[in-house]
This record gives sequence, C-alpha cells and structure tokens, in this order.
Amino acid sequence: MAVRLGRQTIGMTRPVTISSTATIVGTKESEGPLSPYFDVHMKDAEWGEKTWEKTESKMQKEAAKLAVQKAGKKADDIDCAFAGDLLNQCISSGFSARELGFPYYGLYGACSTMIEGLSLGAVAIDGGGNNTAVAVASSHFCTAERQYRNPLEYGGQRTPTAQWTVTGAAAAVLEADGGGPYITHVTTGKVVDFGVIDQNNMGGAMAPAAIDTLCAHFKDTGRSPESYDLILTGDLGKVGREIVINMMNANGFNMSDNYGDSGCMIYDMETQDVHAGGSGCGCIAVTVCGYVYEMMKSGKLNNVLVLGTGALLSPTSTMQGESVPGIAHAVAISNKTE
Amino acid sequence: MAQNKNNDYLNYLDKTAPKSPMAKNVAIAFVVGGLICVVGQLIGDFYKNVCNMDTDSAKTAVSVTLVFLGALLTGLDIYPGIAKHAGAGTIVPITGFANSVASPAMEFKREGLVTGMAAKMFVVAGPVLVYGITSSVVVGVIYFLYKMIIGG
Repeated sequence: MAVRLGRQTIGMTRPVTISSTATIVGTKESEGPLSPYFDVHMKDAEWGEKTWEKTESKMQKEAAKLAVQKAGKKADDIDCAFAGDLLNQCISSGFSARELGFPYYGLYGACSTMIEGLSLGAVAIDGGGNNTAVAVASSHFCTAERQYRNPLEYGGQRTPTAQWTVTGAAAAVLEADGGGPYITHVTTGKVVDFGVIDQNNMGGAMAPAAIDTLCAHFKDTGRSPESYDLILTGDLGKVGREIVINMMNANGFNMSDNYGDSGCMIYDMETQDVHAGGSGCGCIAVTVCGYVYEMMKSGKLNNVLVLGTGALLSPTSTMQGESVPGIAHAVAISNKTE
Repeated sequence: MAQNKNNDYLNYLDKTAPKSPMAKNVAIAFVVGGLICVVGQLIGDFYKNVCNMDTDSAKTAVSVTLVFLGALLTGLDIYPGIAKHAGAGTIVPITGFANSVASPAMEFKREGLVTGMAAKMFVVAGPVLVYGITSSVVVGVIYFLYKMIIGG
C-alpha cells in the first residue's frame, strides 16, 4: 500500500511499472526534433476521418490499442482506463472508449491530463483493486483551435506568448508487476491562480502552479532537483520555463541544469513558427511516452520527475473576464524501486 | 478576491513576457492595408473607364469584388497566410470582413448546413454588423436632425 508523504505526495511501496507506451503525432510534430521517438506519424490532420473530432478520437483509440499490444496484452486484460482530452465533455476519450471496451474513467485536467491519468492509474493499481491500467490523453490542433479560439481559416495574428496546440495522442500501460520503469511518487497539485487574464499567455498563467507543485514535491519527499536526471514540465513554453527557473531559484532550488519543458522540446523553436512553444494534452503525453520512456528504457535517464501543467479555463470563463487557474500534477519515474 | 490576484507576479510577468513587435506590425499592416486599397482603386478605375460604370455603381462593384476575392483567398487557404504577417492590414479592409464570414462558414459545415454553417457564419463578424448598422442608424438620425434644424 502507498504511504502518505507530507501534504500532497504519495509514495508507492510497491512501485507500479509502465510496461509499454504508444504515441501518435501529426505532421508538424513529425517535423520536430522529437520525431524519431514517436510510433505513428499521421500524414495529414484528418487521418481518413470526416471531422477532426473523429480523428482525435481515433488517435486515442489507436494509441491505446498499440500500447496494449506492445505490452503483450489483450483488451480484456485491461482492468481500467483513465483517459482525457481538451474537448467539451471529453468526447475524444469517451468515443474512443466506446470502441475499446475497457472499463473507463474520463478525466479532465486540461493539459495535465496525461500525468493525472498516470497518477490515478498508479494509485488504482497500488491500492490492489486493479492489476493493469492504461492512461491515455490526446489533443489536436484543429479541434482545440476551433473550440478555444477562431476558425482555422480566420486571418489573425498571434502574440509572441501564444502557444501551438500539439496534435498528438499517447497511451501508457501500467502494471502491478514488471521490470520498470516504475512510478515511485505521485504529487497531486493544487489549483493556483495569480490572476493572469491573458489567455494567450498560458505559460505565464500555469507557471505558478508548476512552482507550487515542485516545491510541495521537494518538501514532501525531502528530495531536491539534483535527485533527478531530468525534471520535465508539460507545456509552459519559453515564457513559463524562464519563470520556473527564476522563481525556483528564488525558492532556493537550482533548476538551470536538468530542467526541460515539453513545449520547448517538441518543436524546433527557431524554424517551426510556434511562438512560445507547444501546448495541449498531447504535448507532455507524447514527450513522456515517446522521448522520456525510450531514454529510460535505454538507461540514458534513470530518475525523472514529470509535471503535467494545465490551464483550467474555458471559452466561457474567458469571455466573462475570469483569470486563468493553473494546475500541475507530478509523477516521479525511476528505473529503480528505491 | 485578493486570493486570485498576485500583483507582484503580474508586474513581473508584464516586464518579462515578450511583447508583440508593435512598430513592425503597424508598418506591415499599413503597407498591406494600403496595397489592398490600391487594388480596390485599380478595380474601381477599371469599372469606370473600361466598363463605363458611373462612380456610385463602380464603388459598389469594387466592394462586391473585394468581398469575393477575400472569400476566395480564404477558401484557398491563402488569406490566413497573409493575415499572419499583415494583422490589422488584412482585418480592417472589407476583405477582412469576407474572411471573418467565410472562415466560420467553412469550418462549421461539418455541424450541418443549418445548425452549423448558417448559425455560426456570423460568429466573428456578427458584432461588426450589429454595431455597424446601429451606429449608421444613429449617424443617420443626427444627420437628419442637423439638416432639419440648420437646413442645407
């Protein structure tokens, strides 16, 4: 059984193994620097479907199927799925679960959803009631853009702090018994809102939540940034990443050596015209399930702390002048069981 | 509500977050917006001199033509590419209005011709119509009263 550490963290006494992962990405992500780490590269934004919503749902479904197959399992072996996305009522997840036939929980953690899924999956297995779980998350540039912003063909200008929603889906199969990499700690984030109104500066809006969760994780576990080979946040982008480094430094933690942000890694920031970087559920999902997982499997990384960062706004709250609440969930992944 | 506002942080963010390159954006908007107007002028001259239209008809025909071109370039996925650099230069002229109607019409077709395309067509341009028509009525009334009182 897991043990409670401090205010926000759970330590796994019998760490949960991530036995396989699968990733599916769009064309822009396939042109980015992390491209070799992804399994399936879609040739266009539709992937043979009539609507982008159907495409995103198919991406989740295929990612989940591929991850289950890579783990050497069948659909019937999966005790429980935790899936989420950005769309209203989480339709990408619900509609893909309709096809998959897994027992299913739908999650909404905005762009932190993949890490929320890994957290809940690990806890659900550690609790003893489930043997195998799968965590899935997705985002699609076109579905997100039309829900949160303007029609795609609308001629507008982006601000330098704006981010680009990643077209990507990832799935991870979690198991009670296995050879690692292991989820060893889960730190649940609090909703933090410093009053940022600008919905085109998500990095600035979410950075305080990431800092809050990082500090809580270090306090609860007695660890420090040096305990990890890599600390990876979800989609703070160029703006949020700088803030995290500066403000963690002010809190007495040196993050300048081993800290990365998926939003800054998934695209070539110089040539791909993505302004402050990538965002969306798919951003950290494919980075963790693609790049991080492969680096851990090959032993190039051994201890990693991943933070999913989410902005809990909606188009309605933005129109009503509300600020952007942020959240960040952290999961520590290690090749050793302690 | 002090809880959801951290002024120190907001000031810090204001100072550190990258700003839009205002001078560059304004310059490009000026040039591109001006070019669209030059195109409009050329079309107008063509209608007047070659097609022998009177000035009023030529003006109307220019608007119709530019709206058509704006919608066509939107459909061909060319307009947003120009607008990305031109900003207000492509939003303010009448071609921007065409783009703001054509783009949701294209996008919401998937939700049906009635509940999607037709209902969402003015989701961006709607306010322009509402306040444009309203203010033209207000100006018209003022003009009417002015004429009545001052004469002329």
